[in-house]
Amino acid sequence: MPEQLTPERLGAQVAPGALAPGGAPAAGARPRRRSAGQRLAPYLLLGLPVLLVCLALGYPMVRQLVMSFQEFGLAQQFGRPPEFVGLRNYADVVTDPYFWVVVGRSIAFCAVSAAVTMLFGVGFAVLMQHVSRLPRVLLQSALVLAWAMPPIAALTVYTWLVEPRYGFVNWLLTSLGLQSFDGYAWLAASAWTFFLVASVTVVWTSVPLVTLSTYAALTQVDEEVVEAAQLDGASGYQRLRHVLLPIVRPVVLLLLMLQVIWDMKVFTQIKVLQAGAGNNERTNLLGTYVYETGIGGGDYGMASALATVMLVLVLLMTWRYLRTLMKQGEL
Amino acid sequence: MATTEAPTPAARRPVTTARGRHRRLWNVVALLFAALWAFPVYWMLNSALMPAERLRQNPPLLAPLHPTLDSFAGILTDRVFWTSLGFSMAVTLLAVLVSVVGATLAAVTLSRFRFGGRRAAIVAVLVIQMIPAEALFISQYRMLDGWGLLNSVPGLSLLYVGLVLPFTVWMLKGFVDGVPVGLEEAATVDGCSRIGAFFRVTFPLLGPGLVATGVFGFLVAWNEYTLAFVMLASGDRLTLPVWLQTFSSNVQETDWSGVMAGSSLIAVPVIVLFLLVQNAMTKGMVAGAVKG
Repeated sequence: MPEQLTPERLGAQVAPGALAPGGAPAAGARPRRRSAGQRLAPYLLLGLPVLLVCLALGYPMVRQLVMSFQEFGLAQQFGRPPEFVGLRNYADVVTDPYFWVVVGRSIAFCAVSAAVTMLFGVGFAVLMQHVSRLPRVLLQSALVLAWAMPPIAALTVYTWLVEPRYGFVNWLLTSLGLQSFDGYAWLAASAWTFFLVASVTVVWTSVPLVTLSTYAALTQVDEEVVEAAQLDGASGYQRLRHVLLPIVRPVVLLLLMLQVIWDMKVFTQIKVLQAGAGNNERTNLLGTYVYETGIGGGDYGMASALATVMLVLVLLMTWRYLRTLMKQGEL
Repeated sequence: MATTEAPTPAARRPVTTARGRHRRLWNVVALLFAALWAFPVYWMLNSALMPAERLRQNPPLLAPLHPTLDSFAGILTDRVFWTSLGFSMAVTLLAVLVSVVGATLAAVTLSRFRFGGRRAAIVAVLVIQMIPAEALFISQYRMLDGWGLLNSVPGLSLLYVGLVLPFTVWMLKGFVDGVPVGLEEAATVDGCSRIGAFFRVTFPLLGPGLVATGVFGFLVAWNEYTLAFVMLASGDRLTLPVWLQTFSSNVQETDWSGVMAGSSLIAVPVIVLFLLVQNAMTKGMVAGAVKG
């Protein structure tokens, strides 16, 4: 199988970072003429994976794009051929004021959740550098626990924690003297507390990855650099601000970008919490709005247009992440 | 995650009192946050071990003083739990099996061959990885509906392959990159065919990587909610996450203990697997990078 292993090709075409460790060119190997079979081999090997991706993602994506230019409602589901309507679905989407409400809401939710996640995530990483072994290990373990928790189990627990009558949160708040929380329905009473709970669940799940990655990056910072700064009289805060954080900046930016992407397309949290809330119209974000329009309302044309807008949004954000990856030479 | 412990400068210096006091303060802060982050998991287990009636009283009991396994027994005698477990298992295993086979082919090709379009293929892997399931489920639903595969194992598995395969390729490629090409070449010098060299030298070294990647894929598919929820909405076959959600919205008025027992039954094996594979991951990487 691995027919094309001549070191010349490896050396010539691979960025240094991607070169397998220890894969130094062996002396004496020489380029060989490749038969047609050998040249075709990589494409044959890629056949199955490519086919799978095309089936699972490629075809639906093309189909969605086509459907977003069609009138595709209930009638079409029962066999009437869909009719091309040009950009009408997109026009309907962007002239619907509710769409802009949902977009604004999604962006706000994403911005707040991502910012809070990064704040806690990086904060914990710095904190872990300044504490003794036992607290550090305990914090690390607690974070891994939260990270490993299946999202749906976590959401069920959070729903129980904020349950109006017997939930822990209301009990705690009322025992602290805040009587207005007696029987307060966090999910149903107001969109603000609904999104607060949703944001807490998202932050709780997302912080571990940020902390553990940032902490790993921080521990790899050359200690001599830090000590040199210390000798020059830099205070703890100054060392953090001007020495440590700039060094781990690329990692943090990457994590921030991933966070923004994930929080933009959030679906599970909102959908599950909505089951305990009732009024979906006040709490829809992009993901659940697409669902309601398409699967719920049967208007697949509109829903496809919406989903395409969302896809383009997320891929645009992703593009910067990819460029960062490429710049780092990981390809 | 693999975290190397580096002694902080303060640990190696004689501790002055001011610094010692700061450290104590930070220690307390860290412990508080650790408790805060672990609390939901603790509360899940606490509530699951409590008799159902006790959860309908205030104030709540902060620790299960008289633990009972009644709620677990209730779940384990629920037929729907077992059929959902079976369905989840079938969907996930099929998806992971297909993904790992496909990903191994792709990873080895991308790592060991130089061919036209290789770079484009790698970029494609990264881009595809970023496609949110949430933006495609409308047409995926139409597609499965058209093929009569809604509410079926192969239908959902196919979508999970789309979810799992791209990052599996990426992870496995890392592992294959980590096995020195020189090892295989040495084997060919010793008279192995190239295919033989791959299977006798590289493949065994990939073992830990394959296991770790497979388990990661398993966890992703096993925990998945969005696609399962959409594709199974019209039938009576459920994956475990969808079962838990349906179960909890149906019975939560009366039986929070049962819901928490269900959550625990889903969460505990996943957490254990997650911890195991974290170790295997680091070991696999080390094995790949160091040996040879």
